[in-house]
Amino acid sequence: MAIRIEHLEYVYSAGTAFERKALKDINLTIGDGEFVALIGHTGSGKSTLIQHLNGLLRGTSGRIFYKDEDIYAEGYSMKALRTHVGLVFQYPEHQLFETDVLTDVCFGPKNQGLSPQEAQREALWALEQVKLEKSFYNQAPFDLSGGQKRRAAIAGILAMHPDVLILDEPTAGLDPQGRDEILGLVKSLHEEQGITVILVSHSMEDVANYASRIVVMDHGSILLDGTPKEVFAHRSELEAAGLAVPQVTRVMDDLAQEGWIVDRNVTTCQEAAAQILNALHKEKHVQA
Amino acid sequence: MEIIRAEKLSYDYVSVDDDGKEQGRYRAVDGVDLDIEKGDFIAILGHNGSGKSTLAKHINALLLPTEGSLFVDGMDTRSEDEVWKIRQSAGMVFQNPDNQIIGTIVDEDVAFGPENLGVEKEEIWRRVEKSLKSVNMWEYRSHSPNKLSGGQKQRVAIAGVVAMQPKCIVLDEPTAMLDPVGRREVIDTVLELNRTQKVTIILITHYMEEVIRADHVIVMDQGKVVMQGTPREIFSQVDMLRHYRLDVPQVTLLAEELRKAGLDLPKGILTEEELVMELRRIRKGNPGTQSREPRLKKR
Amino acid sequence: MLRDITLGQYYPADSVIHKLDPRVKLLGTVLYIVSLFVFGKPVNYLLAAVFLIILIRLSKVPVSFMVRGLRAIFILMLITAVFNLFLTPGTVVWQLWKLKITKEGIRVAILMVIRLILLVMGSSLMTLTTTPNDLTDGMEKGLGFLKKIHVPVHEIAMMMSIALRFIPILMEETDKIMKAQSARGADFDTGNLIQKAKSLVPVLVPLFISAFRRANDLAMAMEARGYHGGEGRTKMRPLEYHRNDHIAYLVLAGYLAIMIAAKMLT
Repeated sequence: MAIRIEHLEYVYSAGTAFERKALKDINLTIGDGEFVALIGHTGSGKSTLIQHLNGLLRGTSGRIFYKDEDIYAEGYSMKALRTHVGLVFQYPEHQLFETDVLTDVCFGPKNQGLSPQEAQREALWALEQVKLEKSFYNQAPFDLSGGQKRRAAIAGILAMHPDVLILDEPTAGLDPQGRDEILGLVKSLHEEQGITVILVSHSMEDVANYASRIVVMDHGSILLDGTPKEVFAHRSELEAAGLAVPQVTRVMDDLAQEGWIVDRNVTTCQEAAAQILNALHKEKHVQA
Repeated sequence: MEIIRAEKLSYDYVSVDDDGKEQGRYRAVDGVDLDIEKGDFIAILGHNGSGKSTLAKHINALLLPTEGSLFVDGMDTRSEDEVWKIRQSAGMVFQNPDNQIIGTIVDEDVAFGPENLGVEKEEIWRRVEKSLKSVNMWEYRSHSPNKLSGGQKQRVAIAGVVAMQPKCIVLDEPTAMLDPVGRREVIDTVLELNRTQKVTIILITHYMEEVIRADHVIVMDQGKVVMQGTPREIFSQVDMLRHYRLDVPQVTLLAEELRKAGLDLPKGILTEEELVMELRRIRKGNPGTQSREPRLKKR
Repeated sequence: MLRDITLGQYYPADSVIHKLDPRVKLLGTVLYIVSLFVFGKPVNYLLAAVFLIILIRLSKVPVSFMVRGLRAIFILMLITAVFNLFLTPGTVVWQLWKLKITKEGIRVAILMVIRLILLVMGSSLMTLTTTPNDLTDGMEKGLGFLKKIHVPVHEIAMMMSIALRFIPILMEETDKIMKAQSARGADFDTGNLIQKAKSLVPVLVPLFISAFRRANDLAMAMEARGYHGGEGRTKMRPLEYHRNDHIAYLVLAGYLAIMIAAKMLT
């Protein structure tokens, strides 16, 4: 098990007028090599939760285990944890600071105590993984496009060789193609590197095609947890939590309610088309 | 009567070195002709870097054309005497909600525009109340903008523009930084303004769901207008949209998939209801009456 | 700790004090602070304290809010007290080697602490009951006469009000950037002063870039909404004196008169 969370709670501004429970009794286990999507609208607690996983925030109560080790145990190195559990924040602008991309990606490995040569080797490897063109390596990170900045930011974390990669809304502000490229990149990292991925998003349609498991958060609690099909079956709960199931799922749901013999939990266009054609075909058969 | 007219509008970004010598030139908008009718809801689509934001900034005279010209309500944006009148006629809402709210309290921010125009105090109050009510933010009038959600902040920004009583509002990717709930709030607000107050809306976005309800869609790529038409006309050209690095709503894709498999569906289906309705018709087995043939309106 | 400073944090409430013209509050605060320094007798401090307590009651701001502002200057109070305690010459009451506590020292230390408390609470009362915008408006109009000697009063006021709006945003952003760099193994807590200063570079660079970007966006947004300086601008809430403001000036005069009388009589 990569990560196990037991009864985690987190209270913001405890003891003041602004006290607010951001996380309530979270229990979650994430296995090695999983691709999990963490979904919820703004303020649902999803960003707060992921900051616990690498020790940036410390739970008010409850425990978190990384590889079966209690991260709140005395003497546990949070610094080491941060290199095992890599967290890429939403805005690459918040982490890029060096004069060129390559030096910037070296920052993480250098903090791990690697020599400049070793750090550079890791940085070059990471930049290759995120498929950023070599001509950008010596450019200022601020001159890159939105999608390229994202890649540089992901490389900055990847260079530390994390076992778990957490991405907080990596597609915010990107156009459709930029979004598909970044999600595709994450998928290939997952498949080729065997890295455990936790993808935070508020778009069901984005994650339906990539994640094998979806965890839905609402008001600081876990609302749903399952495969995309299982989760999308709870359309009304999702809508109440300010989330929308993918359009195709809604169409299939409407059709099923009208008596069509279709699986209402499909998530992709291809599946849906096949289901509809099949249903029509069968009915024709019966009539004939 | 058109409110916005662009004639062969081009804009170059020029990079200069330290001595002010020209280093390079990049044509962001390239010979755009545009006619926008009063009261229309126009959506401009395009991927990042397609020139759509650069075009938008011309409408507010924040940028002036390198070549060609742009007229707002008959006024040339180049004429320096009319620049403030132009900015009053064509309001602008930007992408980042935090970076366009000036006031530390919601109502004071909404008053900022009218104050700049030199509007009388009583009239400012009337306008602030009316515009905050029109975006459903009246009850938040004495809140600090910092405590609002992204969607609420954008609605305050819209109210700030509405209070200047513009004929036209340009929204430059107003939803790019919002979550789905905020996105819906903003789009509903904009539609409401268009329907009830007849304000011309120019919405710049790359979210397809947001353009479905527009009267007219303009697709830009490499600084040029490459497609124009009703949402239905635009979305019936799935392959073209993909070519311009744009998305298509999932239902439209599904309908297209089914159409290719031989089902008798009209092109350019935009909403779930439409698709379900068409499928219902096919299931009943009366293929002859396609309920809605895409209307090809020439403009 | 930065969050504990109440200065610049408006506490919304419906009170007489909140509704006063900011010019009254600004002048009042200045005079109050001056009075704390000019009239140094215990009876003056007592009067000043009573006056402040009445104002706080009138303002409907919870005392806990006021006290929170004091927490931030606790160290400063401690240092002031210790210095005065040991460094005031006079009758020695307690001595250890070269450290002497004098009777006068005790007296001065107590009075200094009281003065600091009153000073901070007095100015917090103004910022808690006046929106930053009102405050800048008050300064703009109250100091309007400086325009004649080419002081850009409007621009300074606008700058201050924008700064006030962006402080919380930039603080939040700093927090996010620090977290993003911590996730890359950055360490802000260990090492000597130079190492610590160096470790801030990865925070300051993104912060400054973001601030410049915001400034650029904001300038464009202001221009788009027709901002062209203070010339010809009207105000949603123009500052006008009302009956209560005149009364407040009288109360202020009364306070000063009593302070002077108290000092002369004792």
